[in-house]
Amino acid sequence: MYFKNFREYLSWLYFQYLLITGIYVLEPWEKSIFNSILFSAIAMVVYTSYVFIPIHLRLALEFFHEIFGGQPESTMTLMN
Amino acid sequence: MTESSGSKLLNGEACQRTLRGKNAGKNGFVKNHCVFEHPRKYRRPTERSQNAAPNSSLYKKPFSESFEETPLLVAVLTYMGYGILTIFGYFRDFLRHWNIEKCHIAHEREQQKDFVPLYQDFENFYTRNLYMRIRDNWNRPICSVPGAKVDLVERVTHNYNWTFEHTGKVVKDVINMGSYNYLGFAENTGACASAAIETTHAYGVGVASTRCEIGNLDIHEELEQLVARFLGVESSMAFGMGFATNSMNIPPLTGKGCLILSDELNHASLVLGARLSGSTIRVFKHNNMQSLEKLLRDAIAHGQPRTHRPWKKILIVVEGIYSMEGSIVRLPEVIALKKRYKAYLYLDEAHSIGALGPNGRGVVDYFGLDPKDVDIMMGTFTKSFGAAGGYIGGRKELIDYLRCHSHSALYATSMSPPVAQQIISSMKIIMGEDGSTLGKDRLRQLSENTTYFRRKLREMGFIIYGNDDSPVVPLMLYMPAKIGAFGREMLKRNIGTVVVGFPATPIIESRARFCVSAAHTREMLDTALRAISEVGDLLQLKYSRRERPLSTPGWTYEESLLQD
Repeated sequence: MYFKNFREYLSWLYFQYLLITGIYVLEPWEKSIFNSILFSAIAMVVYTSYVFIPIHLRLALEFFHEIFGGQPESTMTLMN
Repeated sequence: MTESSGSKLLNGEACQRTLRGKNAGKNGFVKNHCVFEHPRKYRRPTERSQNAAPNSSLYKKPFSESFEETPLLVAVLTYMGYGILTIFGYFRDFLRHWNIEKCHIAHEREQQKDFVPLYQDFENFYTRNLYMRIRDNWNRPICSVPGAKVDLVERVTHNYNWTFEHTGKVVKDVINMGSYNYLGFAENTGACASAAIETTHAYGVGVASTRCEIGNLDIHEELEQLVARFLGVESSMAFGMGFATNSMNIPPLTGKGCLILSDELNHASLVLGARLSGSTIRVFKHNNMQSLEKLLRDAIAHGQPRTHRPWKKILIVVEGIYSMEGSIVRLPEVIALKKRYKAYLYLDEAHSIGALGPNGRGVVDYFGLDPKDVDIMMGTFTKSFGAAGGYIGGRKELIDYLRCHSHSALYATSMSPPVAQQIISSMKIIMGEDGSTLGKDRLRQLSENTTYFRRKLREMGFIIYGNDDSPVVPLMLYMPAKIGAFGREMLKRNIGTVVVGFPATPIIESRARFCVSAAHTREMLDTALRAISEVGDLLQLKYSRRERPLSTPGWTYEESLLQD
């Protein structure tokens, strides 16, 4: 496929999306329901990953650091 | 000496028995002396290609038939698409149930709400929620002869295919890739048409009586003799309806205590006939001779269920060309099996008569076999001859028996004389008895068109099913939305095609089916191919993962470059 411009390419991509998901045959209001559900789900996934992944990464790093990190000196404190 | 050989034998047998017991896991497993070797069992069939036939000695020319495997991703996406549409279907049914939206199609009546529901099964759901959305691709009204080109009545819908309105305009000269007009005899001018008109003046349009009573005309006798000569059989019989030829002629042939071995993709008329006959029906895999042989051997070894009496008759029912797969029956192998196991063979040549073989005499002619090896030759006049009705050919005893016992001979009105005349004229043209080479030309044109069209589509990278010589060309679409999109986009480009979806095919194997005709010129085919390629790019239909021949860049790429 050759495209004149980016816009045409985008419209072709949207057409492929319509065909593969099967919503090409749906009525416009059904299409908008499907799109809004799908895109809100994607948006939520993106948002949650933006919010929570850094926290989880930090926690994981700390956890592994504790396991594999060097022996902390504090465990060798004197008992007197 | 004798003792030792005896014990050897016994030991050998015992060994065999234990081995067999281990392998089969049940008694009475039929010994393996099959004509056709079983292929290795645990091979993963990457491609259902049948290029290398195991019994190539039976064929006079290469028999190449292929069914490329569905790409996995496409299959997954197809199921996903059906899943989404099904969810929306349930949603719409929910809205209809609570009267939030109006139901346009037949539904349960208020007064009958405590009765058994009538519109609840899957087929109704499918019609309401999937078929109706793309219904504009089917049942398009036409207003001209459905020859190589056809005029369509333009129609629009304002409520998403629930109702249609005619705009009063006509879509002119749509290239017709959907009619079973293999030899191009669907014409309203020419020798056949004028002969039919003359016959109408001489005989009228019908006598409204059965052949047994006062409906038998000399033109029918003439037709039957001609059909018998055309097929190379002793005798034949013509019926006014092709579907009834199948569904009403199997019941007199077989009955209780008989076995019918039927191909899994046989046409509905054959299935109906087999069911009406009351015989036991067993289904073998499509065109799979190992499967057929296994069923035959089991049938002979075990006989009827429970009583174990031998079957009275075993009838193998196959078609010449399968209209949805475009495959040709492996007739030489079927005949070899039939002879070896003493079964009868019923061959439905609905699509193959006229369309195959150097003389247009169907699949028997195509393989160069003797028509007498086929016990019952059935076919229709609807396709290649541009008429209506069907015939049965075979030995004289068979035809005489059918004349007395067939329901469609006893109770149906006889064929209309103009229709009979159309068949006589077109058949004589095919046989060359009109003193011209028109018939030969048409046959040659059809086979050239078929080869050309199939080769081009394959080169473009579509998945094409079936035999290389079959004029029925299925092009795989797979996804539900692409069925609708393909039909609409092709009509926009002024080409009429048939798209086929679920009830006629397995749910994921939706396809478009082209029927090549002798009436198509090379220019028409090129126009159609260009449009198909364009739509194929637009809808991403070029699924084939076969290596395409590199040496033929051809006009398609150049032209598509120019267009873009």
